[in-house]
Amino acid sequence: MAEIRLMKGNEVLAEAAIRCGCDGYFGYPITPQSEVMETLMAREPWNETGMVVLQAESEVAAINMLYGAAGTGKKSMTSSSSPGISLMSEGLSYIAGAELPCLVVNVQRGGPGLGTIQPSQADYFQAVKGGGHGDYKLIVLAPSSVQEMNDFVDLGFELAFKYRNPAMILTDGALGQMMEKVELAEFKPRWTEEEIENKFGVWASTGKKTNRDRNVVTSLVMDSEEMEQNNLRFQEKYKKMEEEEVRYEAIQCEDADFIIVAFGTCSRVCLKSVELARAKGLKVGLLRPITLFPFPNKIIKELARKSKGFLSVEMSAGQMVEDIKLAVYEAGSTVRVNYYGRMGGIIPTPEEVVDALEDKFSWEISYGVKRSY
Amino acid sequence: MELKDLIKPENLVYDKSKVQRDVYMHYCPGCSHGVVHKILSELIEELDIQDKTIGIAPVGCAVFAYNYIDVDWQEAAHGRAPAVATGVARLNPEKFVFTYQGDGDLASIGSAEIMHACNRGENILVIFINNGIYGMTGGQMAPTTLEGMVTSTTPSGRNTDLNGYPMKITNLIAELPGTSYVTRQAVHTAAAVRKCKRSVKKAIQNVLDKKGTSFVEVVSTCNSGWKMTPDGANKWMAENMLPYYPLGDLKDSIKGEPISEN
Repeated sequence: MAEIRLMKGNEVLAEAAIRCGCDGYFGYPITPQSEVMETLMAREPWNETGMVVLQAESEVAAINMLYGAAGTGKKSMTSSSSPGISLMSEGLSYIAGAELPCLVVNVQRGGPGLGTIQPSQADYFQAVKGGGHGDYKLIVLAPSSVQEMNDFVDLGFELAFKYRNPAMILTDGALGQMMEKVELAEFKPRWTEEEIENKFGVWASTGKKTNRDRNVVTSLVMDSEEMEQNNLRFQEKYKKMEEEEVRYEAIQCEDADFIIVAFGTCSRVCLKSVELARAKGLKVGLLRPITLFPFPNKIIKELARKSKGFLSVEMSAGQMVEDIKLAVYEAGSTVRVNYYGRMGGIIPTPEEVVDALEDKFSWEISYGVKRSY
Repeated sequence: MELKDLIKPENLVYDKSKVQRDVYMHYCPGCSHGVVHKILSELIEELDIQDKTIGIAPVGCAVFAYNYIDVDWQEAAHGRAPAVATGVARLNPEKFVFTYQGDGDLASIGSAEIMHACNRGENILVIFINNGIYGMTGGQMAPTTLEGMVTSTTPSGRNTDLNGYPMKITNLIAELPGTSYVTRQAVHTAAAVRKCKRSVKKAIQNVLDKKGTSFVEVVSTCNSGWKMTPDGANKWMAENMLPYYPLGDLKDSIKGEPISEN
């Protein structure tokens, strides 16, 4: 029988990590996600599964501990919030460059700088465009419920190991602090060193055996021709993710004239906006990207050919809206892509979103598709 | 004796360790890194721990340490080797994990990571090469640069009003209860090399015995950075570096025990 509990998003992240056979967690306290490490420390998983939990001296140290742990092929994760993720960006670039699988959770808060501790989605660019230096991508998953906070820990690890690439759960303070009903996963045993090698190949630094060459985990290549080849290989990998790993949810989009695009907390708000707009006679649908990278370009292109406009609703100054515009442009469509959002830790209301839709698409609502800007 | 006799196996008096890879080294002739690599390779072979050794390379000249010592390696970001080693050692407690770091890496950008790894008593060996300069980037001032010492960023010599004082970070490390064995060695003479090797061996054994962090500073030369001949650099080091960084054990205890008075 599945175990059903009422839990906070942050607590669920910890519980899911233990249950999916995570080997190690390294973290540093930061609001609004400190419950992740607190829950782990209280649960003492080292007694139960052997999972290691360590409080690092900084986010910089935490991400580098993660690098070391992931470099031995172990299932390892960290979690933080926006300012901490900025500190981790150097390490994330190294992890992507050394092609190490691991899971990073960003429970976003408002920025820039120390900003605020309330929820935000303003780290979208940082998450989906790389964040640190160099050409790299993270696999970015955006949960919109406590249940998905649970499910995406296992999924994040699965994708990270499949592609030997860091994965990120991009969530926010609202989902981290919110309590909801959650169906917990079954316990999975931690992998042994042999299982890791059988599943994913012999690349990790586990001690050089006599039957193989030494394994070196590094992102450094002094020869520029060779480094370009590495980069081309990374790009191939990201392309494969775009072909195979896109996940989204389309709600009432079949007959929709207007598509609201929103992820995470915003998508929950916009579900209500769709209902309110439809009650007013406006045919509105909701597209909820679940993977932010790879971004659901294909469905946006399809919808661009039959709808009258897109409204990107974000808790930021408008970041995802740029990716929607690119997809619409690539579709050869001239429908308008607008943005509505709130910043500084404020969540938009469903009514605000409907008002914004009516205001920004007043021309389309009266006359149909606008053919040029 | 002719060459054909000289190369006979029975006339072999010295052989390179099997753990040292058969490749050209990028280190400058006269550099201390080569000697310390040799010591490490020999000890890994002697103690038969090649299959359980994981080295963490720094950023600096020793960034390519993984090309020379035939064990599994991870290349860390600048200064972060102790954090990387923590991740490796915590999840793989039966492995032998060591970091190999220079003074810019360990005492400057990585000062937080080394302090906290040592304070937690991570079961690792730290090899700390102190040559008082940033070698790889072209000879800039390091935290360990001596007062008055000329570098490319202190062309008139290190001025303590402007740049502060040469940091004896190993003394700070010795104060931390997490460390078990803290020593300062050198490799500028044959006797010093033998002594250094004994220290590194003891340090490795401590890690294998799970005694906490073992820390071996090797006061080293950077003759190209110092703009000296290899021999001149050895002499200069003995005359100038060693009075400020005196050789010997700073601590020999086990993790958690208070530091002894002597």
